[in-house]
Amino acid sequence: MPSSDGAESPALLEARGLRRSFGGLRVLRGVDLTVRAGEAVVVAGPNGAGKTTLLRLLAGLMRPEAGEVRVLGRPLRGDGEEARRPIGFVSHQSLLYDDLTLAQNLAFTARLYGLPRPADVARAALESAGLAARADDAPRRLSRGLIQRAAIARALLHQPRVLLLDEPFTALDATAAERLREALAGRLAAGLGMVVVTHRLGEVWGLATRVAVLSEGRWACDEPRRGPLETFLPRYLGLVGA
Amino acid sequence: MPEALRLALAIAAKDVRAELRSRTALLSAVVFAALVLVVFNFARDPTAIAAVDLAPSVLWVTFALAAMVALNRAFTVERENGALDALLLAPVPRGAVFLGKLLANLAFVGTVEAVTLPLFVLFFNVDLGHALPGILGVTALATIGFVAVGTIFSAMAVRTRFAELLLPVLLLPFMVPPLIGAVQVTSRLLADRPLSEMLGWLRLLALYDVVFVTLCTMVFASVVDE
Repeated sequence: MPSSDGAESPALLEARGLRRSFGGLRVLRGVDLTVRAGEAVVVAGPNGAGKTTLLRLLAGLMRPEAGEVRVLGRPLRGDGEEARRPIGFVSHQSLLYDDLTLAQNLAFTARLYGLPRPADVARAALESAGLAARADDAPRRLSRGLIQRAAIARALLHQPRVLLLDEPFTALDATAAERLREALAGRLAAGLGMVVVTHRLGEVWGLATRVAVLSEGRWACDEPRRGPLETFLPRYLGLVGA
Repeated sequence: MPEALRLALAIAAKDVRAELRSRTALLSAVVFAALVLVVFNFARDPTAIAAVDLAPSVLWVTFALAAMVALNRAFTVERENGALDALLLAPVPRGAVFLGKLLANLAFVGTVEAVTLPLFVLFFNVDLGHALPGILGVTALATIGFVAVGTIFSAMAVRTRFAELLLPVLLLPFMVPPLIGAVQVTSRLLADRPLSEMLGWLRLLALYDVVFVTLCTMVFASVVDE
């Protein structure tokens, strides 16, 4: 994103030449991606295009066969603890322990990130997610939507600079979805960079600064978002060959 | 306190807290150990072989099998809801993650052994009196080694479809050296033999611990990173 003096802000996340296969299946064939402060890159594409694999590579949860990921200039390779620290990740799974309460789950995350007063930080995060009343419940006792809210609260707990989201609006009701959009917009304005993988473009279109379409392991397009979603959809369908 | 140790303790405390809430692995392992002792007790012929001669083998087979049940849960708890991803994503050195899981597993297996030992005394009517401190020592020494190996194999097996079957297949061969050493030392302790007769085995157990704790800590990153 260009800054006020016209210069581009430094890259928060930089991926170069990412390749990854599973068995004989080449899922990613040399993908580049740069995310700067205030940018929200929405990644779309058909099933099996490699979106989730890309997100896992960007999070350092998977090793690329070729290519490199850098977060705030630091490589994610190996024991790159400091490179992982600025990343927040929302997966299609909750990443929460079923045998701990929500408060215990988030306090554990706070401890891993070295946050002061983990129990208080966890309670505060649950309160802002509208989950204060369920803080002492285990995830297995919650609905899918409430679990998703807790998963998002967990991902945002340590104030990440880079947020990687895989279908973040799944199971959220209209109110919770709107609250999430507002929270993400606020963080974008504060300089967070974000990659959102989704099939439901309508839910993130307003937040997106760039739209990228992954097809057969390569970018079919990566461009600034322009105009309403309705004007992009025919082009999207053409890009993915639907 | 060093940062890596603080993080390892946080991970171990999380595992203990989760287990205290569910009590599934600990309870299963203790019940399993009790059942093994009952079976051995009724299967042996007390007129053919003295309890004190059979006791060390029975004790260590029971410890080993019960430990396997406890170790199976080490990473299955991380598999649920993809929680392992959150652990690997956090700014925690992989070595500290391994150390945390190892400490938690030592706590579980140690608890199972602490419950099993009195049951063993009850069933086999063995007087541990003078040998008890030595048996506690050799139990700690042997347990550290095979739990370290069990922790790494548990991390390996959890990504497979047959984790519960794979863990014993991988782990049992690696358990042989510490089990032989522990049985030999326990026999000598129960027979009130001098320390000099056990030193060789104790050195083997200590060496096994040093080698495998170091090796497992070093290779853990390549085991958990996809």
